[in-house]
Amino acid sequence: MILEGKKAVWNDYQKEIADDKYYYVRSCVRQNFFPGSETAFLKIMREELNKDVYEHPCHTSCTGIVYHSDLVPVETTMTVVARQFALMTEAGYENLMPSCITSFGLYTEILDTWHHFPEVEEKVRLQLKKATGREFKKPKNLAHASDVIFKFRKEIGAKAKYKLINKETGEPLKVVDHIGCHYAKMFPSKGVGGAEYPYVLTGMIEEWGGQIIDYPERRHCCGFGFRQYLVQANRGFSVACSKEKFESMKPFKPDMIITNCPGCPMFLDRWQYVINEMEGKRYGQNGEGIPVFTYEEVAGMVLGYDPWELGLQMHQTDCEPVLNKIGIDYSPEDKYNLDISPSYSKKHNLINV
Amino acid sequence: MGKLYDLLLEDVRFEEGLNACMNCGVCTAICPAAEFYIYDPRKIVDDVQTKDDEKITELLKSETIWYCGECMSCKTRCPRGNAPGLIIMALRSLSQDLGFFTESEKGRQQLALKRTVGHWMITYGYCLYLEGVGTSMHPEQGPVWDWIQDNWKEVFKKMGANYQGDGPGILRRIPEEAMDEIREIFKVTGGMRRFENIEEFSKKKAKELNMQLDDGIENEYFQHIYKTNNGSHTR
Repeated sequence: MILEGKKAVWNDYQKEIADDKYYYVRSCVRQNFFPGSETAFLKIMREELNKDVYEHPCHTSCTGIVYHSDLVPVETTMTVVARQFALMTEAGYENLMPSCITSFGLYTEILDTWHHFPEVEEKVRLQLKKATGREFKKPKNLAHASDVIFKFRKEIGAKAKYKLINKETGEPLKVVDHIGCHYAKMFPSKGVGGAEYPYVLTGMIEEWGGQIIDYPERRHCCGFGFRQYLVQANRGFSVACSKEKFESMKPFKPDMIITNCPGCPMFLDRWQYVINEMEGKRYGQNGEGIPVFTYEEVAGMVLGYDPWELGLQMHQTDCEPVLNKIGIDYSPEDKYNLDISPSYSKKHNLINV
Repeated sequence: MGKLYDLLLEDVRFEEGLNACMNCGVCTAICPAAEFYIYDPRKIVDDVQTKDDEKITELLKSETIWYCGECMSCKTRCPRGNAPGLIIMALRSLSQDLGFFTESEKGRQQLALKRTVGHWMITYGYCLYLEGVGTSMHPEQGPVWDWIQDNWKEVFKKMGANYQGDGPGILRRIPEEAMDEIREIFKVTGGMRRFENIEEFSKKKAKELNMQLDDGIENEYFQHIYKTNNGSHTR
C-alpha cells in the first residue's frame, strides 16, 4: 500500500472544526424529545471543556422540518437561515454549531447553493433586509455539535469516570452507530469520514472504550422521511425502515445504538416499542430492546452524569441494561422522580457565559 | 411543450438536481422509499427530462411524487451528479403552486402538514411544539410519552429547560418581535402564499368530496387526509 496515496484520499474526508467561540443553534426535535441532551452538551462544553458557547434567545427553528415537508419555497428557508446568520454576526460570532443534522444539512446545502448561484444569495440578502432590516456575514466555520464532541473526544475520555466496557466480562460494549442521512449523504466532504466511512460517532466510541460493529444496513435511513412519519397514514414506511435496520443488526448482538441526528434516536427507540407491541419481537439480548442513545447522553454517561438528569427516563426502550453492564452508579427508584435536587439548578447554567 | 419544464427551471433546486440522467437506476437501487412504495425515482427523472407537459402534468397530479422521504441517499450515489430528491422537491412545490396536489391522496396530506408543523413554525418559531400532542395522534410514542405529557412542565424543568421562559434555553418563549420577523420573512418570500394556496385548494377539494373542513384539526377532512391510506401505494 502506498501510504502517501492513502493519506491523500483521507484528506478529502477530514473537516475543519473550530476550537472555541461557538454560536449554538438548537434543534426542534432534540428540545422536545431529548432536552437533557442539549443541557448536558452545554455543561460539557462550558464546564468540562471551558469553551465559549453563545445562544441567542431570538433564534428560531431553521424551518428544516417545514422545508422538507415541502410547505415553503426554498427562498423562505434561505431567508430564515440568513436571519440566523445575521443574529450570529450581530453577536460577534462566526463559528456556527447547530444541534440538529437536518439544520446542519440545510446550512451546508444553502451555502453550497449560494456558492454556485451568487445571484440567489444576493436576492436572499435583499429579502432579509426588506423583511427584518438585518444584514449578515456567512459563518467562517460550520460544525455540527457532534463534530465538536468528536474533536474533543480525547479530552472527554481523559475526564471519564466510566468506560464503555462490560464490567463483568471486561469486553468492550458492541455499539451500532447511526449518523443520520443529512450529515454526509448530501455533501460527503462536510462530514468527518464522508458518506462511506463516517467516523464522527465511531471516533467517540473507540476513544471511550467501546467497539463499533458493522452490519449490512448500517447506512440505511431510520425512516423519518418527514411527511412519511408526520402524517399518520404514512407511518408504515417509517417503521419498515427502522425494522430493516434492526433485523440487519440483530445477528451482531449490539449492546447499544449511538445516534447523531436528533430524530433518529426517537424513531429507533419508539419503533422498537411498536414492533414489540405488533409482533412481540425484541432485538436486544435477554428479551430486552436495544437501548438507543444520543451522543450527548453517551458523553454524559462516561463522564458520570446522573442518568435521570441526562433524561434517559424519557426513552421508551429501557436504557438500564447498558447502565448495568457498564456498572454505572445510579438510583433505579428515582427514575420517575421529578424533584430537583438542590445542587441541580446550580449545575445547569441557563445563562450565557 | 416545455412550459411546465420552464416553470421547474425557475426553482434553483431543479437546476442543481438535474444535469443529464442516463437512466442507470442507481437512485432507485439505493432509495428507501423504492423498497417500500411502488416507486421509481429513475422513471420520474426520465419523464421530467422529456420536457413533455403532458407527462409532467401527470406527475404533478400523481401519488408517486409524494413517496420520497428526502433522505437524499440518491445524491450520494448518482454517477452523473444528479439529485432526484431535489427534483422531487421542485415537483412538489410546483404541484402546490398549481393546485394539482389535491388530486392525489398523498398530495392532499399537505394540509395536515401545514396545520401542524407549518402552524407551529409561524406561531411559536419551532417546527415541533408538542405539549398537548399526545398518543391519540401519535400512539407509537408509547406510555413514556403519556407520562411526559402528564408531567410536561416538571419533566422539562428537571431537564434544565427554560420552558416558555424569557432568555435563552430549551423551548424558551421566542419573543414576539422575533416572531414578527419570521412571519414577515414568510410574507416577503412566498411562504405565506404557499400556506394560503394549500388552504384554498384544500377547501375546494373538501367541498368537492362533500366533507366538512373548518379551522384546526378536529374536522372531517383533516382527520380523513391524516389517517386514510387506501392501500394501493405499496408492493
